[in-house]
Amino acid sequence: MKPRVAIVDYEMGNVFSLKNALEYCGALALVTRKPDELRRATHLVLPGDGAFRTGMENLKRFGLIPILEEEVLKKKRPFLGICIGMQLLAQEGTEDGIWEGLGWVKGKIVKLKGHSLRLPHVGWDDITYKENCYLFSGIPQQADFYFIHSFCFVCKERQDVIASCRYGQNFAAAIEKQNIFGTQFHPEKSQTYGLKLLKNFISC
Amino acid sequence: MLKTRVIPVLLYQQGRLVKSIRFKEHRNLGNPIQTVRIYNARNVDELVILDITKTPAGKEPEYKMIKEMARECFMPLAVGGGVRSLSIARKLFLSGADKICLNSAAIENSGLIGKISRMFGSQSVIVSIDAKKRNNHRYEVITRCGTLPTGLDSVEWAKEAERRGAGEIFLTSIDCEGAMQGFDLELIRNISTAVTIPVIAHGGAGTPLDCVEAIGAGASAIAAASIFHYTHATPQVVKQELKAAGYPTRNKL
Repeated sequence: MKPRVAIVDYEMGNVFSLKNALEYCGALALVTRKPDELRRATHLVLPGDGAFRTGMENLKRFGLIPILEEEVLKKKRPFLGICIGMQLLAQEGTEDGIWEGLGWVKGKIVKLKGHSLRLPHVGWDDITYKENCYLFSGIPQQADFYFIHSFCFVCKERQDVIASCRYGQNFAAAIEKQNIFGTQFHPEKSQTYGLKLLKNFISC
Repeated sequence: MLKTRVIPVLLYQQGRLVKSIRFKEHRNLGNPIQTVRIYNARNVDELVILDITKTPAGKEPEYKMIKEMARECFMPLAVGGGVRSLSIARKLFLSGADKICLNSAAIENSGLIGKISRMFGSQSVIVSIDAKKRNNHRYEVITRCGTLPTGLDSVEWAKEAERRGAGEIFLTSIDCEGAMQGFDLELIRNISTAVTIPVIAHGGAGTPLDCVEAIGAGASAIAAASIFHYTHATPQVVKQELKAAGYPTRNKL
């Protein structure tokens, strides 16, 4: 049976591209915030672009947090957060003030130390992942993925970081904590290797 | 290391792709969907689609066509032309645009950059600047597909656009566009030293070496059309040249 992937609709992110890529990978993908559809999904994806604060406000406004916590934290449904969708997992965000996050993964979101580098960090950049991590199976080390962000996830627990990237500083390119995955880059926009990563996710 | 992007630009006009020279003399280049499919198969870094149809006020972009193109596109897609309001931007994002390009409306509606970047993040807002060389090394911003002089200085406007929340600048030299005689390096230098956001240089690429010079002048990425349509140089060939010059590029898969 095809995996049934719910892309959480909280009015953030390039959901068309994500749905398109997941369907290309063989999933049944739907963009939804209806509780019963979220509960029926085999996999959940939290997309996102934009501001941390708006993301949290929208999750609250649509009453999504209790459902997501039940499905992901209690029932251990496979979950993938992309870009802001990954950053929202942190305990707090620090863009224009301090904002509380979902707190599923310990750590906080801070601005990249640009030094003389331009921000946002936008374009293709290579990542290094820990050996034997499922999300990157079949993907070579130093594969390029598409990034577009100015903030990054500083994880408290080192083992939560499964891939890193360097732009002025090392930062988390991907995280994993049990059934919870997150990528700072956009797999749906990273062509061959991005699609492979999504395939890996929907087959777990 | 962050790779230098090479971005094909597709000019879209009433259902077909076209190519212009200095914003005039539009030539038909055929089917847009087919072209997007080819660029996707070639694993290009990113695509920019600009709708240059001169539309009466009130008409909105062709979302259906954008969707059809986006469906073929597993790399980032920026869409511009006729983005006059937050609601148009929203519909474009829902149609598959990953970023939108604002040009005339960013100037005519001073709050628009801020509104869109607050809602969708500044990384999704590209401000497109069409600049024309004037006296004393100044470059004037021209809007409305190169027809309306604004009196604005392009350096001042680029800074202002960054301040309002733009995530990237898409910089086109009107004098060089489609001429395939090289980029306006002075313009690229002026703008990229004035802002800290990435600058995409557009207008003038005739050879891969032209693109190397544009990056040398401070651009973070180059965008081009004629070189890919009319010469043997593919984005991959341009990237090889950039790599040979010491700029990191994404490997061919």
